[in-house]
Amino acid sequence: MQIGRVARYVLGTITVVVLGLIYLPLGVVFLNSISTSETLSWPPPGFTLEWWGKALQSEGAFQALGMSVLVAIASSLIALVLGTLAAMALSRYRFFGKESVNLLIVLPIALPGIVTGIALNNAFRTLMGVQLGVWTLIVAHATFCIVTVYNNAFARLNASGTRLEEASQDLGAGLFTTFRLVTFPHLKSALLAGGLLAFALSFDEIIVTTFTAGPGVTTLPLWILQNMFRPNQAPVVAVIAVILAVLSVVPLAIAQRLTAKDAEAVSR
Amino acid sequence: MTTRSVSAFLAPRRRLQLAGLLTPPVLWLGLVYVVALAALLVTAFWTVDELTGQVQIEWTTENVVEVLTGALYRTVTLRTLGIAILVTVIDIIVAVPVAFFMAKIARPRMRHLLVIAVLAPLWASYLVKVYAWRALLSSEGLIEWAVSPFGLDTPGYGIVGVVLTLSYLWLPYVIMPIYAGFDRVPDRLLEASADLGAKGWTTLVAVVLPMIRPAIIAGSIFAFSLSLGDYITTGIVGGTTQMLGNLVYTNVGAANNLPLAAAISLIPIGIILLYLAAVRRTGALRSL
Repeated sequence: MQIGRVARYVLGTITVVVLGLIYLPLGVVFLNSISTSETLSWPPPGFTLEWWGKALQSEGAFQALGMSVLVAIASSLIALVLGTLAAMALSRYRFFGKESVNLLIVLPIALPGIVTGIALNNAFRTLMGVQLGVWTLIVAHATFCIVTVYNNAFARLNASGTRLEEASQDLGAGLFTTFRLVTFPHLKSALLAGGLLAFALSFDEIIVTTFTAGPGVTTLPLWILQNMFRPNQAPVVAVIAVILAVLSVVPLAIAQRLTAKDAEAVSR
Repeated sequence: MTTRSVSAFLAPRRRLQLAGLLTPPVLWLGLVYVVALAALLVTAFWTVDELTGQVQIEWTTENVVEVLTGALYRTVTLRTLGIAILVTVIDIIVAVPVAFFMAKIARPRMRHLLVIAVLAPLWASYLVKVYAWRALLSSEGLIEWAVSPFGLDTPGYGIVGVVLTLSYLWLPYVIMPIYAGFDRVPDRLLEASADLGAKGWTTLVAVVLPMIRPAIIAGSIFAFSLSLGDYITTGIVGGTTQMLGNLVYTNVGAANNLPLAAAISLIPIGIILLYLAAVRRTGALRSL
């Protein structure tokens, strides 16, 4: 499209301003992690590394981090299996009720977290009679993570078409061989992207977590919520947030690179 | 049985393959989610023993009638809907030009960096971002410091604070599907439109917008439904503002009245289902 110089500059400026606004609060969090003020008052009265020292020694934060990683990995793996199966079924077969299955997959993320939270809490405790613990949390997270894997896998399966799979079967490969050698290699990066999104979704979730984690199960968001308003602890929370935001760029960059490469290869 | 013989057995039986693929996810979602949701809806028609605080299986429409007719619930529902719609509209208005720039103007290298720049904040904890806004909005915060020379005040903690914070939180979720939507519009079409004499603006309205409508709706589902159920942001930057999520939370926690909480949650469930039904035809659910 012929995009005029003026339009280019205007859109570019808007993008820069919006990105600036996106990062402004994160910048404030960073400043808070080195500010001598505990209440985030502006401008910062002075700077200190005290909070960084405290944060790096905070056992509670690191235990919570470990718990969050465990829950996020377990629920992403479950979501990867279930999401891939559902995507294969909906992209490769015709059947009655397709739209309903699609809605069923989207529903856990589309309904408000608090509804999902109290529904699962009620079901676990009164219907199934199980104690809330790590497993109830993983089951809850996996349920709303399926959709991210499903959407990525479904889009890729639709884009790559069925010709290669048919060719593989015509050449005598069985169903599993075709999946292993033809479908899966095409799908890999979409699954990685979906899995990473699922991981991120689980890692940061607080509302469903509040209702489905057993006593003693403290994920990082729960730890942050418990510590955010404690005097002395707010800046420590800010340090942890800065560390997470910086670390997050690595998996994102990898996923981005992989999906971009694959999408080009598929569309060619 | 070897995998080979399983494969040979399954190959001509498409229905059986489909059943094998579909059973685990549908069983999981059905058993875990649909059953839980149905149980919650049923609970809305039960009651709580005033002495013991236990849920009693005693059928009554009292909770549902109260929620549907009570003035408190009407006010809070309208407020929540207003906030959710406002947040969605703000996010779309901000997201469309940014997504367009990312997909159609930025060079590929720059594009990757921009995608990462938009996605990275999603990993900084939701709570920390809300807390950052609490700091920004406070009477000693950056906003007050920046606008006070002009004789203005920070909006402080209230509805404006909630709308600003929620718009900020969900913006990346809205930018990404719209970006993907613009990215799927082939440059050839834009060139064809230009060759046929359309000006940039005409191309945008007549060619591009119809194609990215599902993507915009997909983005709006995130902003709308995430806002509709939020209670934590309201608690931190909303002052005394109450949204539907807060009413549900109070009744589950402090008031210990699950049936009433379940009855209140029928409102957001109903709104979301209506919204999903309205947008289902556009194919937006597949662009999430």
